[in-house]
Amino acid sequence: MFLSRTLLRRHSVLPGFDLALGFTVLYLSFVVLIPLSAAFLKTFTMTWPAFWDAVATPRVVASYRLTFGASFAAALMNSFFGLIVAWVLVRYEFPFKRVIDALVDLPFALPTAVAGIALTALYAGNGWIGQYLAKVGIKVSFTPLGVFVALTFIGLPFVVRTLQPVLEDMQKELEEAAATLGATRWQTFTRVIFPIISPALLTGFALAFARALGEYGSVIFIAGNMPMVSEITPLLIITKLEQYDYTGATAIAVVMLVAAFVMLLTINMLQAWTRKRQGR
Amino acid sequence: MSSVIETSIAPSARRVPVRNALTATAEPAWVRRTLIGIALVFLTLFLFVPLVSVFFEAFKKGLGVYLAAITEADARSAIWLTLIAASVAVPLNLVFGVAAAWCIAKFDFRGKNVLLTLIDLPFSVSPVISGLIYVLIFGLQGWFGEWLRDHDMKVIFALPGIVLATVFVTFPFVARELIPLMQAQGLEQEEAARVLGASGWQIFWRVTLPNVKWALLYGVILCNARAMGEFGAVSVVSGHIRGQTNTMPLHIEILYNEYQFAAAFAVASLLAGLALVTLVLKYLVEQRVKAQKRSASSRNE
Repeated sequence: MFLSRTLLRRHSVLPGFDLALGFTVLYLSFVVLIPLSAAFLKTFTMTWPAFWDAVATPRVVASYRLTFGASFAAALMNSFFGLIVAWVLVRYEFPFKRVIDALVDLPFALPTAVAGIALTALYAGNGWIGQYLAKVGIKVSFTPLGVFVALTFIGLPFVVRTLQPVLEDMQKELEEAAATLGATRWQTFTRVIFPIISPALLTGFALAFARALGEYGSVIFIAGNMPMVSEITPLLIITKLEQYDYTGATAIAVVMLVAAFVMLLTINMLQAWTRKRQGR
Repeated sequence: MSSVIETSIAPSARRVPVRNALTATAEPAWVRRTLIGIALVFLTLFLFVPLVSVFFEAFKKGLGVYLAAITEADARSAIWLTLIAASVAVPLNLVFGVAAAWCIAKFDFRGKNVLLTLIDLPFSVSPVISGLIYVLIFGLQGWFGEWLRDHDMKVIFALPGIVLATVFVTFPFVARELIPLMQAQGLEQEEAARVLGASGWQIFWRVTLPNVKWALLYGVILCNARAMGEFGAVSVVSGHIRGQTNTMPLHIEILYNEYQFAAAFAVASLLAGLALVTLVLKYLVEQRVKAQKRSASSRNE
């Protein structure tokens, strides 16, 4: 009764608000909020210099550079190819389109460890793809390039699935109007279509980037995990944990959590912008 | 008179503008084919080849090796543990998802947007950190570490920790599927049931649940796929004890690191098969949900 009296904006004839909200908030607190706050509380026990020492050693900084850099590059790659894939799936007809459309979600459904070992085997020097790349002198498995490949795999559906509904909802009349006014197809795309879909494209980019930042399972197999070279930040957290350096691990985790929250805010704002651009 | 004029114009003259309109809002055939080609090559290299290679590597050394790898004692215990963890985590998050969707979609209250953001939070947290936070609470150096040890209980490096980490990473799935659909469906049907004298539970079982059953199933499918496949979070809390605290993804890692590639891919192929089944079910359910959303929005208009 307390919850419904203080929180409800208007009276409702439906029952169950107190029970449902009470349970939701309780469960959310015990499973998510209290455990997450443990990470922050643990870091508050550290002094500033100790915190700084833990999160800014050259090895940790190198891991940030790799994690953020590879995530950014992979999200960029996915934005480009994801736009083409989404466009093709919405606009054109070709054989097996529905099967291919359904398979785009594979990275969501395939466990990361499975993706990790499959990609490593493919891109190893004797793998199906790796042997051809080796001939032109490109090594993927056990290098930073491998991290990029794994993160591209993980992030692909985000861009495609964010763009698809926007492309489907786009009014044909706008393109027709542009054509009537004498625009070429390329002009119509750059001046009419692209401005409409760009917020969604940015959202997809941000989602893929955010997901890549925290990714662990698919990367560790293919990365080779050399300190300073191909070691991602989540792996560094695990390494610290295995050395029983709980405070060190938590300090790095807090840095990554703050980055994740900033991304979450950015994505929320981008999504609001997308809705506005679509006129809803 | 007008009909005479219309028919007197050559049919070809009338067809021309139509053809122009079509070509004006579509790309030339070569552009179309190139784009389809690029998309297919990209998807083949990054999605289909890795998927096929899992099954290829799994059966490379023959069916005997494959069957031995998935029926061996450690593998069986890993499969069993994965099933247990998912069978606890999925129902818990299902109940939570329904409760959260009920209050968010059917009521208007202060702090609703904050609650919505908080529900999505586990998706933006790295799996490694999702495991770490439970170590900070229940681990030996953690808040309850000593108390648990004194009472001879184990959470970290044992089943409860694995279940907790799985619950955390699969937390938003069901709620996320239900909330938008229930918001689109509105309140009218529930209010009508209320006016006709139905009790809260009657409304829920007879009106709300039948309306959202496909979206609910969809959420459960996604939740289950992630629960069975989770690697990072579980890896942190499991302790990797063979035959005891190894789930299927962790078992794959151990086999792979021991260079037992065929065995690793054999176990991996089970999870890849699960992923394929998930995609098929997802496709079927998605069709139903789309149809339901369409009818919900046409009702509202």
